[in-house]
Order: sequence, then structure tokens, then C-alpha cells
Amino acid sequence: MILFEVFLGGVLLGGMYGLIALGLNLQYGVARILNLSYGEFFMGGAFTAFFVIMLWQFNPLLSLFISMPIAFAMNWLIYQYLMIPLIRRASDQDALDADVVLVTFGLLFVFQGLALVNWSGDLRGYSFMSSPVHLLGATVALNRLLAFLGACALAFALFLVLRYTRFGTALRAITIDPVAASLVGVDVRRFSALAFAAGGALAAASGMLVSTFISFSSTIGVEYTLKALIVVIMAGVGRVTGTLAAGLLLGVVESLGGYLVDPSLTIAINFGLFILILLLRPTGLFTRA
Amino acid sequence: MAAGTLVLALVPLVASNYVISLFILLYANVALATAWAFFSGATRYISLATAAFFGVGIYVLAIAHVYVPIPLALAAAAIVGFLVALVVGLSTLRLRGVYFVVFTFGLTELVHQIINWWEININKTTSRYIFTDVSNVNIYETLLAAALITIVGSWYVNQIRLGFALRAIGEDETVARHTGINTTRVKVVCFALSASVMALVGAALALRYPYIDANIAFNNTWSFQVLIAALLGGPGRAWGPAVGAIPLLLLSEYLAGSFPHHFSIALGLCFVVIVYFLPGGITRLLLNLYHSWILRSRAGPSGEKMGAH
Repeated sequence: MILFEVFLGGVLLGGMYGLIALGLNLQYGVARILNLSYGEFFMGGAFTAFFVIMLWQFNPLLSLFISMPIAFAMNWLIYQYLMIPLIRRASDQDALDADVVLVTFGLLFVFQGLALVNWSGDLRGYSFMSSPVHLLGATVALNRLLAFLGACALAFALFLVLRYTRFGTALRAITIDPVAASLVGVDVRRFSALAFAAGGALAAASGMLVSTFISFSSTIGVEYTLKALIVVIMAGVGRVTGTLAAGLLLGVVESLGGYLVDPSLTIAINFGLFILILLLRPTGLFTRA
Repeated sequence: MAAGTLVLALVPLVASNYVISLFILLYANVALATAWAFFSGATRYISLATAAFFGVGIYVLAIAHVYVPIPLALAAAAIVGFLVALVVGLSTLRLRGVYFVVFTFGLTELVHQIINWWEININKTTSRYIFTDVSNVNIYETLLAAALITIVGSWYVNQIRLGFALRAIGEDETVARHTGINTTRVKVVCFALSASVMALVGAALALRYPYIDANIAFNNTWSFQVLIAALLGGPGRAWGPAVGAIPLLLLSEYLAGSFPHHFSIALGLCFVVIVYFLPGGITRLLLNLYHSWILRSRAGPSGEKMGAH
């Protein structure tokens, strides 16, 4: 029974990982930009929710109306004015990747530094929907369930958009082959910029949902970028539904591993899984060969 | 160069303790940045594992100095750093590009957690004390020697076949393999050489700490600071990273005391400035200026034509 509770905890944790990784997969899969400052928008979303509930006593869910548009706009600007010059001058994908890694690391430090200066490095947290719920005989907190359902809803919505709209079809075409997509009349730059911006907005949304049950600080972004990246690589770049599944797998393995081996070794377990997948299936678990 | 070395070696005779400490940090940064550029600059495998090897060196010294004399403990740190990098390299240098960056970034965290777990569960402690009577001057000389040997060694390797093979891998790994270079062996050996310098520097700096724990030893800031120093100076030349390390260290000294968070912002802006305005680093900028100046002064009145080339 305890094992089942641990498993359920892993599923909820995994939903959160999937949620965090969704936006990054959109950015990396469609726009082919590995944004290492991704977690800073997660952190921004969490802080916006914190200020909305602590300063104004509003429902933190309302903070999404602030943080998502801001994150969308900032990421659009980053793509438009920082990434496009790099894409123009890069001779191949390797050279572009190296430049992008450096610039987005730079942005990471700038955003993190600004957050530290303005909001200090203290741990923050607030209480929202923390009442217990009984689920299949186990007890879970309502806010974790909310984040899990939010993850499923967002993944499903994203899946529908990609599958059944013209915009989504264009994004899928770019994911598969940007050159061929431009040949059939897709404006690759414009759609990539929109996908990149949408990814940033998703980061902010996931930050808000996760902030209901974790404590966070200005320096939390890096850790979540890393986790999101592990999930994206596990899932396969550009695979939306795979992202949620990979997140679930990671969450369950981490919970069970932490329970059965030692809770202080979770990063080691995450990393072991990550390396194993990179060596055995470098294209991800959910890509067709 | 010999004269310059002599002058630097004599600095502790006249300088205050603060200046000696500053120079110690400078040499540490120079050695680390040069070692980083030796592998990552040439092959374009951007490694963020500097802090991992640096921390391994600190731990080896902390454990070994109880049993053996300090010079042996330092040598042990370099050897263990080499061996750890050999194992890590053999299992992961197949990863390319972004995957390698992410892996090395996480490696520090991974080693950090494993050592923390080991210390708490096996040794029932969280920190180790370092008892030595090594003076600041000795540490100064050790790190000065380490920095110089790293620069000269890196320059020397660039002249021989190994350095050529390393650059060929950076240009195009597939082509390098087809011309008969054993790319795995070259990469792993050079990665391990660079890691052994990092571990040695960590061990030498650890002599100044009264005690260490995993959080002190494995600090990701080292990885970033070293990477930026190397890129700022220009990883293409053996003396480039040293040029970058100096302004960065002074900046961090200036900001760290009163505005620690602003250093993070400055570091971030450095990344951005390097990529957009200084590809190739300060050394390439200086060399370009120098060459155009030579051309202009040689060409005399009709210099405009030649300067265009």
C-alpha cells in the first residue's frame, strides 16, 4: 500500500515534469533553439503567482493573465532580436547550438541576477488549495492534483492545436523539416518565433501551477531547466504527447528510486536514466525510427 | 618570458597578503581556463564539468593529506582527476553538441550528490578539516608553476600531432575519423589531461581552506567563470584564456564584496557580448588591430590598398 502511495506520488510528480517540459519541447522541437534560460520564466511565473496572492490577496490562478503574456512577449523578442541574427550567421547546426547555448546561459544569469537583486535569494511559498483529497485509497494534496490535471489539459490542448489546426500543421511541418516547410509556403521564421514565444508562456504557466506546492527562490530556474531538458531528450525532440509520458516515467522512477534506495540520490537516479536513454536511444523513447 | 616568470616568482617578497591571495586566485583561474580551452576550445565540445573535477581534487587532497606529504597529495589529486575523466569520457564523449553540454552541466551535481551521500551514510560526517602548515607563498608558487606549465604544455601539444588531431576533430569529427585519427582516444586523453589540471588546481586551493564540504567543493560558478574567461580571452591560442582571466577576476573581486548579485548579471552580459561582438575573444581583436597597424605602417602613403586585405 505504501508502495502504491509512492507510485501515485511519482505519477503526480511526473505530471509536473511533463508540464514543465512541454514548453521547452515546443521551443526546442519547432524553433530548434535550446533555451537554457527557460527555467527563469518558470521562476517568473512562480513569483508572479506569489505576489498576486500575497500582495493583492487574489486567486493565484489569475496571475496567469499577467505572467503568460509577459513571458510570451519576452520570448518572442528574444527569438526575434537575439536568435535570428545567430541563425543568419551560423554555418551549421553545431555552430548555431554553441552560440545559442552561450547566449541563453547569459540570459539565465542576467534574469537570475535581476531576480536576486529585486526579490532576494530567500525561499518563498504560499498556501493554496492544500487540503487533502482521497484518491484510490491514497491521500494527495489538492494542489498537486490541480497541477497534474493542468498538465494533462495543456498537453491535450497542445495536441489538438498541433493536430487539427492550420497553425499546428505548419508547426509540425517545421519540426520535421524546416527547409521543406518553407518550400511549401510556411513562413518558418514567423511560426518559429510564435512557437518559441508560446513555449515561454507555457513555462510561466507551469511555474504558477507548481508554485502552489513547492517552495521556490530566485535561483530555482536552472534546476527546472535541467529537469525539463532531461524529459525533452527522453521524449524525443518535438514530441508533445511523448513529453507527458516521459515526464510520468521520470517521476515514477524518481519516486520509487528515492523510496527504495535513498531519497538524497534523486538527481543521481534522474541522471542515470538520462544517460541510459542517451546511450541506448539517442533520438528519444517516443520517436519512430 | 623567463624574466617575467622571475618577476612573478618574486612578487610574494614585497606584496601584502591580500595581493598574494589575489594572485593565487588569478593563477588558479588562468590554469583552469587554459586547461578548459585546451580541450573544449579546440574540439568545440563545451564542457561545464570544470567544477566537478575541481571538486574531486579538493576531496582527494582533504582525504590524502592526512596520510601522505602535501606534494604527494597534490599529485594524487591530479591522477584521480585524470582517471575520473577517463571513465566519464569513455562513457559520454559519444554525446555531441547540446547533449554534451547538458551532461557535463549535470555531472557536477551528480558527483556532488554521490559524495554527499557517501560522506553522510558511510563516513557519518558532512565536512572534513584540512590541517596543514603550508604557507600562502608556497601555494602561490605551486599555482604559478601550475599555470605556467599548463600554458606551455597547451602550446606544446598544439605543435605536435596530438594537437593537430584535436583541432581536426573540432573542424569536422567525421572527416577526422576518415583520415585515420582515432578520435575517441584523442578526445578521451585530452579531456583527462585537462581534468587532471583542474583537479590539481582544486587541491592546491583547498590548502587554504580550514575545512571543506560538498557544497564548497562542487560549486557550478567555477564552471561558468572559467568558460567565460577562456572565451573572453580567446580559446584559439595558448595564452588567450590567461588574457581573459585577468579582467574577469578583477571584476569579480570588485563586485563580489558589495554587489554579489550584480556579478551574476555582469557574467551574463559577458556571455552575450562575447557571442555577438567578440567571437574569437580579446586576443583575436588585439591580433587584428596589431596586423592592420603593421600593414598600415609598412605600406606608407599607399597603405589604404593593402589595409583592405
